[in-house]
Amino acid sequence: MSIAALLCCVALFIALSLLSAAVNRLFNATIIIYCACFAIALVMLWGGVVHLLTHASDMTIVLPIGLPWTGAHFKLDALAAFFLVVVNLGAATASFYALGYGRHEEAPHRVLPFYPAFLAAMNLVVLANDAFTFLFSWELMSLASWALVMAHHREKENARAGYIYIVMASFGTLMLLLAFALLSGPGGHYVFSGMQGHVLTPLRAAVVLFLVLLGAGSKAGIYPLHVWLPLAHPAAPSHVSGLMSGVMTKVAVYGFIRIVFGLLGGTGEDGGMAVLALGGITAVMGVLYALLQHDLKKLLAYHTVENIGIIFIGLGLALVFQADGHAAFAALAFTAALFHVFNHSLFKSLLFFGAGAVQTATRTRDMERLGGLIHRMPQTAFVFLVGCAAISALPPFNGFASEWLTFQAIIQGPVLTHWGLKTLVPVAGAMLALAAALAAACFVKVYGIVFLGRPRTEPAKSAVETDRFSLATMSFLALLCLLAGIFPGVFTSGLTPAVHEMTGAQMPQHAIWLSLVPVSAVRSSYNGLFIFIFIVLAAGVAAFVARRFGGGAPRQAPAWDCGFPLDDPATQYTAGSFAQPIRRVFGGHLFRASARVEMPPPGSLAPARLIRELHDLAWEEIYKRIAARVLCIAERLNRFQVLSLRHYLSIVFFCLILLLMVLTLWF
Amino acid sequence: MVLIDELILQGVQMTGVLLLPPLLLGVTRKIKARLLRRRGASVFQPYRDLLRLLHKRPVMAENASWLFRAAPYLIFAFTWSAAVLVPTFATGLVLGRSADLVAIIALLAAARFVLALAGMDVGTSFGGIGSSREMMIAALAEPAMMMVVFTLALIAGSTQLFAIAAYMASSAVGLRVSLGLSFLALMIVALAENGRIPVDNPATHLELTMVHEAMVLEYSGRYLALIELASAMKLLLYVSLIGCIFLPWTLVPAAGGWGACILSFLFYIGKLTAAGAVLALFETSIAKMRVFRVPDFLNVALMMGLLATLLLFVSKGF
Repeated sequence: MSIAALLCCVALFIALSLLSAAVNRLFNATIIIYCACFAIALVMLWGGVVHLLTHASDMTIVLPIGLPWTGAHFKLDALAAFFLVVVNLGAATASFYALGYGRHEEAPHRVLPFYPAFLAAMNLVVLANDAFTFLFSWELMSLASWALVMAHHREKENARAGYIYIVMASFGTLMLLLAFALLSGPGGHYVFSGMQGHVLTPLRAAVVLFLVLLGAGSKAGIYPLHVWLPLAHPAAPSHVSGLMSGVMTKVAVYGFIRIVFGLLGGTGEDGGMAVLALGGITAVMGVLYALLQHDLKKLLAYHTVENIGIIFIGLGLALVFQADGHAAFAALAFTAALFHVFNHSLFKSLLFFGAGAVQTATRTRDMERLGGLIHRMPQTAFVFLVGCAAISALPPFNGFASEWLTFQAIIQGPVLTHWGLKTLVPVAGAMLALAAALAAACFVKVYGIVFLGRPRTEPAKSAVETDRFSLATMSFLALLCLLAGIFPGVFTSGLTPAVHEMTGAQMPQHAIWLSLVPVSAVRSSYNGLFIFIFIVLAAGVAAFVARRFGGGAPRQAPAWDCGFPLDDPATQYTAGSFAQPIRRVFGGHLFRASARVEMPPPGSLAPARLIRELHDLAWEEIYKRIAARVLCIAERLNRFQVLSLRHYLSIVFFCLILLLMVLTLWF
Repeated sequence: MVLIDELILQGVQMTGVLLLPPLLLGVTRKIKARLLRRRGASVFQPYRDLLRLLHKRPVMAENASWLFRAAPYLIFAFTWSAAVLVPTFATGLVLGRSADLVAIIALLAAARFVLALAGMDVGTSFGGIGSSREMMIAALAEPAMMMVVFTLALIAGSTQLFAIAAYMASSAVGLRVSLGLSFLALMIVALAENGRIPVDNPATHLELTMVHEAMVLEYSGRYLALIELASAMKLLLYVSLIGCIFLPWTLVPAAGGWGACILSFLFYIGKLTAAGAVLALFETSIAKMRVFRVPDFLNVALMMGLLATLLLFVSKGF
C-alpha cells in the first residue's frame, strides 16, 4: 500500500472527527463512528503489516500543506511501518471494544469527535518526516487525548488530572522543539533527512539526548516524569485508557527511537548508560507504585511505567552496544525492546478493556470494593487471567518471550569495555528481575482481590457478564498474547527490517522448530511451542490419572479455614493487606512508608487507631517544589502589574537599550 | 538408533523426576527423625501418603471457582515441565535444548503464580496470608536467582544447562570466588523457594508462621496430592540443579552408552540421598526465622549473587 493511501486513511480519520462533531447527538452516532474507525484502522494495519513483511523500500511524499516554504514531508520506512502496526492494532481493537463499551457512555458527544482525531494524530506522528509535521502531530495527539481525559470533566479528580497532563504535555513538546532546533544545525533543516547529514559536537549531542529524554520521556512515562500518567490514563473512558497506555506511550517510544537512533545516529556510551539507568529505575519504581495502588486503572497505568522502563532498558543496551561497535548485540537488544513494545500494547489493552468491563459491571474501580467476580463474569475473568500472566512475564505467554530476550542482551554485557557499564549492566539485570518478580506479586494481588474470593460489596455481588463486543476483543487480544508467546521467532523475524534499519544488523534467523535464538543456539535458545505443548500434555496426563484413579467427584462443603470459617467477607485479605509485606520491605526508604498504632490513654474509651503514611517522593520533592517556586516568582512579578505609565515606559526603554547592547556585543 | 536411545533416556528422565521426589522427601524426613532420636516413618511413607490422598474423595469449599479446580493440574504441569528441563543423570537430551535456565525459573514462577491465586480463591484469611507472603519471598528470591544465572552464564558463556554442565565438568573452570558466592546464593534461594527452615517450616500447622501450608489449606484429596507432588518435585529440581551445576562430573552425555548411564543414575540417587542428609542436618541445627527477618536472609543471597556477577564483569579471572 502506498503512503498516499495511508495518508488518505488519516484524512478520513480527520473527516470522521469533523463529521462526528456535527452528528454526535444522533441516535446511532456511536456505532457509526466506531465502526468507521475500526475499518480505517484495519486498512492502515494491513498497510503496515504488508510493508513490514514484504521488506518494501522506503516511500516518501511531500504535501503542499503546513509551512509554506517547505510543505509537509511524510515517509514510510520499516520502523514507521512497525509502529503503524502497533498503533492501528491498538486502534482497531479499541474501536471494536468501544462498539460495546461505548454504549454505556453518558456523554458521547464529549468523546466521539476527539477519538478519530486522536487516532489520526498518532498515525501522523509515526509517518512525519520533518520537524514541523512531527511536532504538529505530536501536539495534536496531546490535545486530542487531553480532550478525552476531560470527557468527564465534572469529576474533580479528572479536572486535576487534565490540568497536570496538559502542563506536562506542553513541557514535553517544548523540549522536543528545542531538541529539533539543535538538530537542525547551521543549515536550519526542517526535513529529517537534512538533519541526519551533519555530526554534532559531543556536548550538543548530549544536550539533544537530554532534551529528548525529557520530551519523549515525559510522554512515555519515565520516572520521575511519569506523574501525569496514573492520573490521566484512568480518567479517560476505558477504551481510550487502553489506547493511551498501550499505544500513545509507544508513539513516544517511537519519537525517542526516531530522534536518538535515526537523527542523532546513536549516543556515546555515557548517553546509553543514562538511558539504561533510567530504564532500570523506571521499571522498579513503576511496579512498586503499582503494588501500593488500590484503584484498578491507576494500578494498570503504573504498570505501563514499569513496562516503559523495561523497553528503555532494551534501548539503553542497544545504544551502549552500538557505541562499542557490537552491532549484533545492539540488534538483539533493539529487537527485545521492539518486541516488548508490541507485546505490551497487546496485554495492556487487554487489561484496560478488562478493567473497563469490571467498571461497567460494578460502577467502581476501587479494588477493595470488588471480589468474587470470577463467578459473575467467568469469561472476562478467564481472558483477564491471560493478560495478568502475560504482563507478569510467565511462560508460555508473550511478556516472557520479550523479557527473556532483554535478559539475553544483558548477559552479553561483559563484551563492553566501559568501566561504569561493567557495574551498571548487572545492576540493570537485577532490577529487571526484581521488576518481573514484583509484577507477578502485583498481578496476584489484582486478580486475587478483584476476581477471586468473595464479593465485598453489593455491586460486586450482582455484577453481570460484559457484552459480546468487549468479550470478542479481549479474547482476540488474549489469543494474540498466547500466539506471540508460543511463536516468538515468527514475530521477531517480522521486526527484522526495522531492527536492521536502526542498528545495521539483525538477530540470527532460525526457522527450524521456531526457536528464539539471540546469538547462537549453543549459548541459549527458547522454544515456546515445545514448552506449551509439554505443559498442555502434562496437565492433560495429570487430569486423566487423577480422574481415573481418584476418589470420585468432589463434595461441596463450607470452607475449612483451620476450623474457623467466618461468614463476613470483610475477613478476607484486602489489597492493602496483601501488599503490606512488600510495602514494609521496600516502602521504608522509597516511599517513607510508616505505620504506627495510636493507643488511647488508659481509661479513655476511644478506639486505638492504625495510622499509615505513604509519601510519593517524586511528587513531593520535585513537582511540589517547582510549583512552589513558580508561585513565588509569580508573586514577585505581580509587582509589575500595578506600576504607573512612567515606570512602564522606562522599563521598555531600558529593555531596548539592553537588547541593542547585546546585539552590538554579539556581532 | 541414537535417536531412539535418546528418546528412551528422555523417557527415563521424565519418569524419574516424577517418581523420585517422594523418596527424597522420605529420606530427608527419616534422617531428620533419626537426628532427633526418633525412629521416623519409612522412607516410602510419602508414596503411601500420596496414594491415600489420591484415592480419597476431595472436599471442595462452597464458593471455589473453576480456577481452584484447574490450579493443581497447572501447578503440576508447570513444575514437571521445569523439572524435565534440568539434567539429572544425562545431559544433552532432546527436551533440555528447548529452553534455558531463565525459562526454568520462569516456569517455576508460573507455578507459584497459580498456587498463590488458588490460595486466594476461596476467600479465607489464611489463603490470603499465605499468598501474600509467598509472593513477597518470591519477589526477593527471584532476583537473587537471576544473579546466579548471570554468573553462570558469564562463566560458561551460555544459559543452557547442558552447556553449563559441560563447561563446569571441563578443566577450564578452576576455583573461582564468584562460583563460591553463587553457590551460597543458590543454596539460600533453594531453601526459600522450597519453603524449608529457616524460611518456612514444612512440618508446621501453626497458623501465623506458615506460608506454603496456608495456601493449600483448602485443598484435599487428589488435588492436594498433585500439589504435594509438585512441591516435592520442586525440591528435587533444586537438588538436581545444584548437582548438575556444581557436581557435574557424574553426568553422561546422551550418547554415552548404557553402562555409563546406569552408573550415572546410581550416582544421581547417591546425590539425592546426600542432599537429603545435608538438608536434614541443616534443618535440625537451625531455628525458623520471623517472617520479616526473611528479607534480610534473602538480601544476603541477592548481594552475594550481585557481587559474584560484578566480579565477573570486572575480570574474567575471578
